[in-house]
Order: sequence, then C-alpha cells, then structure tokens
Amino acid sequence: MKPIQDIHCGCEARVSSSRLGGLPLWAVIAMAPLALGLWWLVYTHLKPAADFVTYRVLPLNPGSHWGEALAFFLYDTPKVMMLLVLVVFGVGVIRSYFSPERTRSLLAGKSLLAGNVMAALLGVVTPFCSCSAVPLFIGFVTAGVPLGVTFSFLIAAPMVNEIALGLLYGLVGFKVAALYAATGLCIAVAAGWTIGQLKLEGHIEDWVTRMNAVGGEAVAEKMTWKERIHYGWNAVVEIIGRVWKYILIGIALGALIHGFVPEAFMARIMGSGSWWSVPLAVVLGVPMYSNAAGVIPVVEALLGKGAALGSTLAFMMSVIALSLPEMVILRKVLKPRLIAVFIAVVAAGILVVGYLFNAVWA
Amino acid sequence: MMEIKILGPGCKKCDQAAARVAAVVSATGTQAQIEKVTDMMEIAGFGVMSTPAVVVDGKVMCVGKIPERDEIAAWLGAGS
Repeated sequence: MKPIQDIHCGCEARVSSSRLGGLPLWAVIAMAPLALGLWWLVYTHLKPAADFVTYRVLPLNPGSHWGEALAFFLYDTPKVMMLLVLVVFGVGVIRSYFSPERTRSLLAGKSLLAGNVMAALLGVVTPFCSCSAVPLFIGFVTAGVPLGVTFSFLIAAPMVNEIALGLLYGLVGFKVAALYAATGLCIAVAAGWTIGQLKLEGHIEDWVTRMNAVGGEAVAEKMTWKERIHYGWNAVVEIIGRVWKYILIGIALGALIHGFVPEAFMARIMGSGSWWSVPLAVVLGVPMYSNAAGVIPVVEALLGKGAALGSTLAFMMSVIALSLPEMVILRKVLKPRLIAVFIAVVAAGILVVGYLFNAVWA
Repeated sequence: MMEIKILGPGCKKCDQAAARVAAVVSATGTQAQIEKVTDMMEIAGFGVMSTPAVVVDGKVMCVGKIPERDEIAAWLGAGS
C-alpha cells in the first residue's frame, strides 16, 4: 500500500509555543476591543491604499491591464489575510469546545436523517484533518455511528470549513458564502442519507469490520477561557502559516484574470447557457487538489468575468470535496464499490446545485 | 524502560511531535524506546481518531495535537 506521506496532506503544521505569556485574563479581554478597532481601521483603508500605491507611487494608469491586475492583488491580499485571521480565530475558539470523541458520542446510534443533519453540522465545528480521515472513520463506525451518518460528517468537514467561508465572504460576498454553506450542508446530508439507504455496510474493508469497538478513553480536556483563546490563536498561526502561499498564488492568478481576460469572456465558456458547463466544471475540479485558499480567489475573478454562479459553485465544490488523494486515503477502509458510490452521490449533489443556481441566477 | 509510540500517518505534525518527544526524552535522560506508528490499523487499534497521538506504555496520553514540552516531561516523570 502506498504510504500516506507520499500524498499531499493538508496537515503540515507550524507549531507555535506562543502562549499568552503571564497576562491575566482581564488584560486579554480588555485588549480585544482595541485589537478589533485597529483591525477595522486598517481593513477599511485597504482599497485607497492599494490604489494609491498602484496609480500614484507606480506609474500605472487606471484601466490598464497591469494597473488593474496590480491594484486587485494589492487590495485583495491584505483583505483576505485580515478576514482569515478573524474568522479562523473565531472558529478556533468554537472548535475548542468540540473533539472527534465528543462528536462521536453525540452521533452514536443516531437514526438516519436526524443523524445526517447533526453529523453535517458537527462536521463544520469539529477539528478535522484529512490525514486522520481513516482513524476517524474507523472510530465512528466501530462505535456504532451509522455508515451514512459517518459519510455526512466526512463530506461536510472538509467542504464547509472556516477557510472557505471566510474567503468567500471576503472576496465574493455574503450571499454566495451563505449559499455555499447551505448547499454544501444539503449535499452532505443528502449524500450521507443516500449511502445509508443503500445498505453498503458490507463494502467496508473486512479488517475494519472485524475490529472491536474501541472505546478510546477520550482525553477530556477542560479548558479555561485563556486556553481557548490560546487555542484560537494557535489555529490562526497554524492555518495561515499553511495556506498563505496558496492564497498568494490564487490571488495572483485571479489578478491576472481580472486585468487581462476580456469582460464577459467567461460567459461563453462557463456561462449558464450551455448544459455541459456544469458537468465540465465538476470533472475539471476532481484532479485539482487545491484547498479552498487557492481556488476561491480564482473563483472570484471568474465570477467577475461573467462565469455563471452555478457552474462556478460546482467547480469550487468539486475541487474541495472530491479530491483524488482523499479517495486514495479512504481506499484503505472502503472497497472500490463504496468509493464509487461515494463519488457518484457527491458528484450528483454538486451537479444539482450547479444546475439549480444556473437556472435561478440566469 | 518506557515504551513511547507516536501515532500518525506521517504528516509534518506527526514528525514534529516525534521530534519533540525525542528531545524531551534525551533532555531528561529518560530510558525510553520511541517508535513511530504509521500503520492505520494499529493507530485505529488504540481508539485514536485524530493524529498525532502519543502513547506511553500502552496508554494514550494525548490526541490531535503536538504536546507541549512540560506535558511530555510530566508523562516521563510519572512512569519512572
């Protein structure tokens, strides 16, 4: 079997031992409004600053290809980073209340549908990393979490995450971010429910089914508020440290599209007129193993050039939710037929979302 | 002799956890054997759902994070 270290796994982490020093809790809390105020002040002045640098400091003209591209890059990069810091920190603090063990005990023995909905929602807030997908899958299934419910969790966890939502909100707007979250959760619930109905328990690899339920003494950690803040801050350092290069590449690509691709060019390729644009977007997305950080700046630029919302959402979901490396990892515990069903069901869900929004937004 | 196992499929976090445990072991002069476990079957056998995890003498001490130095030192002290 191929060792996992050959597969790119999104969990390379930078460790920070940065603790909040000897600061008392009240000092940390008192600093919060100050930090937020400063954050807001800088955030609201990013656009004029980017324009100033591009058109005054540098001899570029508004409306020129390079000028448009550079202004876009200089504005979007700090904007996205600042938003991410805020969102990742907030979600990090929320996550400190959840653990896979706790989520598992909440889901064990849950009936279908109610269990699927819960699993999809918990998938958003439970700390999850795709290289622990296999132990997590085994832990869930052996503890009596139904297969379909487990899948709802495994689909929602990587797809609807704080990075995707933060970036979408910052770059494309609230409406698209909310749509993405809502439809992503619906796909997770529907796909998990379908897999549950198909009774595919026999297509889990035999060694998993033979395994005894392992309780796994959940190392229950009671955290103080200060520790939760520390946890949130660690999440910021770790996640931003991991994704900043993808964001830079993504925004640079987006900036070039923004500056050089003619208006309405994408409308012809990824427009809502052609029936094949949604399936094409899904197929193109599978081999692309990028995370949300890299793909969303590109998505923003595509939307700006007239790509249809449905096709774009489909592309984005396919890139994030259907990735080849993850299939290879899951192959260790799932027989080929179950993997095929998983791909088919999720792809079908993405297609429905794509067509739906192309029809509604046309 | 303590037996320490670092569970993890081999992502960077797991390597860092292993390196930190090794550093603390040699700093405290503890007699311990450190083993990296990358096999999914074995990892799952410990009931661990998020990696990296550290197992000391068969007992799961922490999951899903790189332990702090003082935590590791405490486990080493408790066993000897």
